[in-house]
Amino acid sequence: MPDASHSRTAMLEVDDLHAFYGESHVLHGVSLEVRQGEVVTLLGRNGAGKTTTMRSIMGIVGKRTGSIKFQGQPLIGMAPHKIPRLGIGYVPEERGIFASLSVDENLTLPPVVKEGGMTVPQIYELFPNLQGRGSTQGTRLSGGEQQMLAIARILRTGANLILLDEPTEGLAPVIIEQIGVAVRKLKQRGFTILLVEQNFRFAATIADRHYVMEEGQVVDMIPNDQLAQNMEKLHEYLGV
Amino acid sequence: MPTIFGIPPQALFGQLLLGLINGSFYALLSLGLAVIFGMLNVINFAHGALYMLGAFFAWLLMTQVGIGYWWALLLAPLAVGAVGVLLEKSLLSRLYKLDHLYGLLLTFGIALMIEGLFRHLYGVSGQPYPIPRELTGGQNLGFMFLPNYRGWVVAASLVVCLATWYAIERTQLGAYLRAATENPVLVQAFGINVPRMVTLTYGFGVALAGLAGVLAAPIYQVSPLMGSNLIIVVFAVVVIGGMGSILGAVLTGYGLGLLEGLTKVFYPEASNIVVFVIMAVVLMIKPAGLFGRER
Repeated sequence: MPDASHSRTAMLEVDDLHAFYGESHVLHGVSLEVRQGEVVTLLGRNGAGKTTTMRSIMGIVGKRTGSIKFQGQPLIGMAPHKIPRLGIGYVPEERGIFASLSVDENLTLPPVVKEGGMTVPQIYELFPNLQGRGSTQGTRLSGGEQQMLAIARILRTGANLILLDEPTEGLAPVIIEQIGVAVRKLKQRGFTILLVEQNFRFAATIADRHYVMEEGQVVDMIPNDQLAQNMEKLHEYLGV
Repeated sequence: MPTIFGIPPQALFGQLLLGLINGSFYALLSLGLAVIFGMLNVINFAHGALYMLGAFFAWLLMTQVGIGYWWALLLAPLAVGAVGVLLEKSLLSRLYKLDHLYGLLLTFGIALMIEGLFRHLYGVSGQPYPIPRELTGGQNLGFMFLPNYRGWVVAASLVVCLATWYAIERTQLGAYLRAATENPVLVQAFGINVPRMVTLTYGFGVALAGLAGVLAAPIYQVSPLMGSNLIIVVFAVVVIGGMGSILGAVLTGYGLGLLEGLTKVFYPEASNIVVFVIMAVVLMIKPAGLFGRER
């Protein structure tokens, strides 16, 4: 049933999104949608506007126009601290682990915004590496552990849409494998995920669909089951 | 009569107590400055004027309304905190995107205006504020005489400093505060209203100054210039402790107060400059201050 996912309603709809950092115009009309329960990636070269798209959804970009809707509710014009409270969790590219907070404090920092979030024991089951490290200073963890912590702290909050910005960047293959396992488990639990990735081999193992971005626009959409036929095109887009 | 290094013990302990009292005010004031600097990146030059404002609120409550010390201890810091919230919302918050210097200039200007206003209204001579009845008299400790009110000031300042340290380092609210100091945008992206937190932090920081003002009123008298006399030393304390370091501000406050007291005993001529000499030495050896982290 190839159409089963298409009948689901869009959880996140982005339409003709423009974003600006000061004078510079970074996004030029991005349109995409993510349906309930999907894992969708944004692929593209450095500077294509993937991270800016994420930041625009969270409301932490200077200025944006167009339309972003989460479960039908428009996000543009909403105070930035109210957007996550609708149930959107953000895992930034730089991971954002706080040096002045312990691992435990980092884990419990984001406030719970909805019921149904994972409990701390469930989180430790998903990321065993974090167990027993509670009193360690957050930034003393290894890069991979910091990435796990950055994902873990969002899972507590009850957010049902997760924006995951390059979770594999700079990590060893064995750690990437662990993160992949975790993301697949999250999908099974019903989380909806928008994933920015440079590593499309990783993306191909977990995503339902891929959007390709170039120069601040979405230029293509490839369903994961048609990835093989589109490999050549994709190589060209990504310049690999 | 026994002496310590040739100094009678009464004189030594007397000066150490004075140093501890001064240190209590240094600690309370530099604590507020450190909290504000950590969160807002603003060097709050209005801190001395707001300390004076706290003392004046207490004095006005007593002379105009007949409200005594204990209520003033609660009401005056609240009023100073409210003034701070207004200042932050109406003026300071517009400057965060600019260089630190603008915040410094603005708060310096505010300090001059507040002090000018009170000089105009009440002149420069100090207004007496009585010690509350419950705290008059003193204790004979054998080696020295401890006035009750001074003991109370030291104890109150210690409790407030410790409670503030605990709230910032050990509670969830404190975790928000520390995280927002590091990365306000991300904390906002977790759903926390950071601008409101910044406003309340400023309000809390200056309320500490207001509290110090009320505590100081019975000791130093209430005068429009009481803040500007003190604040220069307090800034030196903050620099020595390390900008933005909570623990550094508190420990350095008490430590330098005591050191000043000791200098008064052994080499009185240097007592007014000892803090600044230490500041110069610390800046040469550890530019980020004793407890500060290099940014």
